[in-house]
Amino acid sequence: MWKFIHKLASPPHFYSLAARMVPWFVVPGLLLVAYGVYAGLFIAPADYQQGDAFRIIYIHVPSAYLSMMTYMIMAVSAAIGLIWRIKLAHAVAAGAAPLGAWFTFLALVTGSIWGKPMWGTWWEWGDPRLTSELILLFLYFGYMALRGAIDDTVKADKASAVLAMVGAVNVPIIHFSVEWWSSLHQGPTLVKKGGPAMDVAMLYPLLAMILGFTFLFAALLLRRVRAEVLFRERRTRWVKELVLSGGT
Amino acid sequence: MKPRQQRMLAVGLVAAGVAIATTLSLQAMKDNMMFFVSVTEVAEGKYPDNRNFRVGGLVRDGSVQREEGSLEMTFKVTDLRCDLDVSYTGVLPDLFREGQGVVAHGRLEDSGVFVADEILAKHDENYMAPEVADSMADHVTDQTAGLSEGPLECPSQ
Repeated sequence: MWKFIHKLASPPHFYSLAARMVPWFVVPGLLLVAYGVYAGLFIAPADYQQGDAFRIIYIHVPSAYLSMMTYMIMAVSAAIGLIWRIKLAHAVAAGAAPLGAWFTFLALVTGSIWGKPMWGTWWEWGDPRLTSELILLFLYFGYMALRGAIDDTVKADKASAVLAMVGAVNVPIIHFSVEWWSSLHQGPTLVKKGGPAMDVAMLYPLLAMILGFTFLFAALLLRRVRAEVLFRERRTRWVKELVLSGGT
Repeated sequence: MKPRQQRMLAVGLVAAGVAIATTLSLQAMKDNMMFFVSVTEVAEGKYPDNRNFRVGGLVRDGSVQREEGSLEMTFKVTDLRCDLDVSYTGVLPDLFREGQGVVAHGRLEDSGVFVADEILAKHDENYMAPEVADSMADHVTDQTAGLSEGPLECPSQ
């Protein structure tokens, strides 16, 4: 078990393994998203109140879910990197941050576009769900800026890991904001007592989109971490040999 | 203690410390974290009296009255315990209708009328096809039960 983990965490091994894993995430990811987009736009019925406007849920919910999931991956990797001094874990955290920022941005923008016709407002300051999600975006920005500001990789890893861990407290706040406080944002539809409060014909494409987004995210993360590993190990022998042999 | 265990302890303490600090400060700011107050809270006087605030509830059935030839309107917002008269002039969001959850921003006049300068519609977590909603309306009445009746047990002011 430990031997396997140590082998996985070794940069050259991870580098080649990740390359082989990417297609296994890209193919099902694309298939699921293709089905989700088609079924979400053409098979799912319009909502009884929102009409066709509800269909933005197929981008909004997967993005919002991944914006929080990515932060947890980042924070847990950072903690693992700090405690066990695993360089690969720091590389995962560093590679995940821009992806998480993009998902957060997508969730905010799609929510805003939906909010104008439905709620009657693009944005409401003071709403706990909206504000905590915006703070998440700033946490990602802060994490990336902190990394960018420190040239020494080891120091950047340590400093940014602390920021990632401290910021993790925001994730449960985002999730429970609609239950703890009054909010313009509706409560959870999928994860609730008595099962999802959604028509099955609307639900399946949504689940496909969530799963598809997750697969594609995994593929992107693997590629980003590969690039990160290559950069960090640029002075090592295995990278030199890799470059000289013309391999990828 | 090994250095690795020390680091583990430090990480755990930081996480616990941040969690406790956040919980305490969120508890302290509880009232400020609320996006709106309920109609019952308004009836109990639990609202900021020196500034505008938001009140949330359902639009009572049959209470919407529009002025001829203008955007002026009045309606009652209820949380099924208390009612509040709201007056508003302006454009409404698409989802606004009787029985719908709304959040009104404005101030409470001495006359007890809430003068709103912004009305937002609050969507609930239910998603369904129109046909399903229609057949549910035929068979299920509990969703908006009491919406067309009077106040139930509003605390006296």
